[in-house]
Amino acid sequence: MPVGILDYGIGNVGSILSMHVKLDIEAVRVSTVADLEGCERIILPGVGAFEEGIRRLRQSGMFELLEELVLVKKVPILGICLGMQMLASSSWEGTQMEDGLGWIPGEVKPLRGLVADDVKVPIMGWAYVTEKRDSGLFNGVTEKQRFYFVHSYAFFPQDAKDLVATVDYGCPVSAIVARGNVIGTQFHPEKSHRFGMSLLKQFSVWESIS
Amino acid sequence: MLLLSGGGLVKTVKFKTPRYLGDPVNIVKIFNDKGADEIMILDIEASHRNTQTDTGLLSEVASEAFMPLCSGGGIKTLGDIETRLGLGFEKVALSSIAFQDPSFVQTAAERFGSSTIVVVIDARNRFGRYEAMNIRGTSRTKMDPVAAAQMFVENGAGEIVVQSIDRDGTMNGYDLDLLESIASAVSVPVVALGGAGKVSHLSEALSAGASAVAAGSMFVFHGRHNAVLVSYPSDEDLEPLSH
Repeated sequence: MPVGILDYGIGNVGSILSMHVKLDIEAVRVSTVADLEGCERIILPGVGAFEEGIRRLRQSGMFELLEELVLVKKVPILGICLGMQMLASSSWEGTQMEDGLGWIPGEVKPLRGLVADDVKVPIMGWAYVTEKRDSGLFNGVTEKQRFYFVHSYAFFPQDAKDLVATVDYGCPVSAIVARGNVIGTQFHPEKSHRFGMSLLKQFSVWESIS
Repeated sequence: MLLLSGGGLVKTVKFKTPRYLGDPVNIVKIFNDKGADEIMILDIEASHRNTQTDTGLLSEVASEAFMPLCSGGGIKTLGDIETRLGLGFEKVALSSIAFQDPSFVQTAAERFGSSTIVVVIDARNRFGRYEAMNIRGTSRTKMDPVAAAQMFVENGAGEIVVQSIDRDGTMNGYDLDLLESIASAVSVPVVALGGAGKVSHLSEALSAGASAVAAGSMFVFHGRHNAVLVSYPSDEDLEPLSH
């Protein structure tokens, strides 16, 4: 029963697939309802603009089944980068609010103006991530974990409980959010070599955050 | 820093005598295992011989790499940049085109964001003076590297790679004077390149003001006879650098 990596036109599906191949974990590219049906877990990648991501996902033909799997069947789902931001209720793009998936209540906001003056936006680089809550994704790790980030926006969950890890840039910026069977990472596991591999390996057996 | 020529990876000394190292995809996979934090792949033939970089190869490398990537060499248009970023590269490196038309750097930075635009400055020292060189060291710009760096940063370059042609492949240490002069003149990250042979060299470059250090020979050659062996310092080796 494979991990399904959603291919809805944006996001780095190839790298995520390659990492699973290296880990010897069964993973498939999912672009149709038929592909999605057999998946035991789902990864939602994404890069670029929020509005475009949501639109492409809704228009992909897989959206209704995806909602059912995640909300009703409680299939574990991992959102990466824009994929994590799309889990939010809404996002501020320019002067307009765009609707997100709403699976973890909260807002996506631009970083400029929120982070300290000496922090360059987009945030682009490696940072250490320490969990405030145990999500299960860091099971078995013995060294400090660091990951690669590229982003100009961040997800601010409504409920502090859903905030699993942050990085301090003058204000705390979400690195990992989670609620039930839905989890998201702002960073790119597929660009974080051994740290990313460890996380994806844990996700392949992850059910939900307790 | 990996140099691409004719579909294979090569390494040069002072920009001459390219030595074949191996297949790019295989070598990138080795760097995955070793935990290299970023890889820059420069097509050294493209500007020099006016050839096109193989996008199929770049695409394969991008889908096999488990770290952020930068692609350079032969970029001439915004379309070239869009293609490379679309293949899965986080950044692109400009060199020849930047010297030929500095306003291109500005247009590219405005369209794709400064963070994705790296400018590589190759410099050599003759009679005590540094000069930026173009087209893989074959053409003189008559520009002082510091002035060049300032010009590119003013045009929106998000990162500057300073490469010493004289030190390339020698593994005797970076050109710290060159590095310091540029790092102190611009506010963007400056990456040192050319001459690294051991971890202490990396330390020296960081102390001289480099925000990051890049190496080629140090990671692909080993031993007295420079056998090809891909390596990368372990986290323990690199621990002293974070202080």
